[in-house]
Amino acid sequence: MASWIEKQRSILDYTLSSLMRRKGKNISLFIVYTVVVFILASAMFFTQAMKREASLILKDAPEMVVQRLLMGRYDPIPLDYLQKIRGIRGVISADARLWGYYYDPVVGANYTVMVPRNQSLSPGRIIIGNGIARDRMINRGDIFSFRAHDGQSRSFTIDGELPAASELVSADLILIAEADFRDLFGFPASHATDIAVSVINPKELLTIARKISEQLPDTRPIIRDEMVRTYDSVFDWRGGMVIVLIMMALLAFVIFAWEKASGLSAEERREIGILKAIGWETSDVIAAKTYEGSAVSFFSFTFGILLAYGHVFFSAAFLFAPALKGWSVLYPDFRITPFIDPYQVAVLFFLTVVPYTVATIVPSWRAAIVDPDSVMRS
Amino acid sequence: MIRLSNVRKGFNLGRPNEFIAVGGVDLTLEGNRITVLKGPSGSGKTTLLSLIGCMARPTSGRISLLRSLLGHNGFLKDGDMPEVEVTSLPERFLTEIRRRTFGFIFQQFNLIKGITVLENILLPTYPLGKKHRVVRKRAEELLDMFALGDRTAARVEWLSGGEAQRVAIARALMNDPPIIIADEPTAHLDSKLSGEFMDIIARLKGQGKTIIIASHDPLVFAAPFVDRVIAVRDGMIGGEGA
Repeated sequence: MASWIEKQRSILDYTLSSLMRRKGKNISLFIVYTVVVFILASAMFFTQAMKREASLILKDAPEMVVQRLLMGRYDPIPLDYLQKIRGIRGVISADARLWGYYYDPVVGANYTVMVPRNQSLSPGRIIIGNGIARDRMINRGDIFSFRAHDGQSRSFTIDGELPAASELVSADLILIAEADFRDLFGFPASHATDIAVSVINPKELLTIARKISEQLPDTRPIIRDEMVRTYDSVFDWRGGMVIVLIMMALLAFVIFAWEKASGLSAEERREIGILKAIGWETSDVIAAKTYEGSAVSFFSFTFGILLAYGHVFFSAAFLFAPALKGWSVLYPDFRITPFIDPYQVAVLFFLTVVPYTVATIVPSWRAAIVDPDSVMRS
Repeated sequence: MIRLSNVRKGFNLGRPNEFIAVGGVDLTLEGNRITVLKGPSGSGKTTLLSLIGCMARPTSGRISLLRSLLGHNGFLKDGDMPEVEVTSLPERFLTEIRRRTFGFIFQQFNLIKGITVLENILLPTYPLGKKHRVVRKRAEELLDMFALGDRTAARVEWLSGGEAQRVAIARALMNDPPIIIADEPTAHLDSKLSGEFMDIIARLKGQGKTIIIASHDPLVFAAPFVDRVIAVRDGMIGGEGA
């Protein structure tokens, strides 16, 4: 065993000196490899993080939302619909929700303004998302002014900031008291934005939705599962763009690995011949080449992953964002909450490190099984 | 003792460019001798050396080595005959024989560029898994023996022709093999350095080594301490002298 360890140590020593000898070649390999891993990992981190943000949004969403339609378009819903919905068997609760969008010309962003269901706010006070706080450089105790529906200004005192568990949920959110909401938007007291419905048995959701549609024909019940599917398709569609990116990066990687696999330089072949002639076994040569390939792979993979992490989670995926995100609702200054799926990293590892290492070994093995007497004739 | 029985080696057999490099050689080489294979370029000397040194297999015929030359090779059994036929051994065993029984000095020296003199000399010891401290001591002794003590950390591409050849000899001796094989060792050396090389060879013979050299240089085959000169021409043994 000690002899085996000593042997591997010696081969590893030789491998490291080999890497240093071919500095130019190995640095260029390292750069190409790192860039490929960076692109793949960035795409993977970005879509994963977006899906996670979406699932966080929907986690606390009501089981069903009822909206009113007028001429096929959304319209505020009358509050007297609440009683009719509550009267349907199987419904636990039906609550009116008040929310809307406000465009802030100062930073050119849309905010979501909402009356909280489980929190009472004093009139004249609001709670803001951390994205707004960052962009407007305002904090607790500062005054925030809105331009109301009548063109007049309304000022509110900031009571606090929302926690940053998910920036997608909270970055652009403003919580406001009901009276202030109605005053700001000129929203009639007899109406709500929509109605959130809870049911006793989730299996009856479809039946209850059908009953609501029958009793209130001008409404549209939206079930949470449908929203989940919508979000999934949105992100899968976006993921679809990422797939194109991934396929291109993988193709580049295959070409790169193929180039590596298709042959060794004359110098490398000569070196393998010398090693064989002086008593190295084919397995020793393959071990040396495996260590060499693994060292390049491991460092490139690690560096590529770290770069991708920084790119996606610290610099808001600035290379991809214009193509994949660019949706005004996500303003202001959306930052993705760091999240890594170890399974995805493992997949990436097996898609890059393993094929590259094999691509390194194959030509060495082909050179190492040739009779070493070729070196006598060089 | 090394015995070759009707050894043939052909290349590209069955193709239009078929070439027989060694054709039916019968030869016995004694131990603790200096034997020179003499002949012009293309006569088959190098191929014959490759076959003797287990670097290639003959197309037909047999090569046997005296069992005591093989050292403590793992594949040997107690009941084996005094001579071991090596031509039919698997590649793994041939590698082990190359490593323990033969030391090679190549015409182009075949040192690995970009690494130091010491690293080059240590290369044959790596597959053995010996302690680094032990093999390094052995390497330093050899470097001192060949007046290369101050060149230990130098890269091989910085060496003169004579120094490079002495490094190649030191590398060949690292695993203390009983047989040294040298292919045209003076081809790239001037007369003075060739003389120095032959002095080293004489010293190695004095230490009990068996030396087989392929050369057409008179400084080699006419040296007084050469025991046997075998003429090789067109892949056949032409005649002998001493």
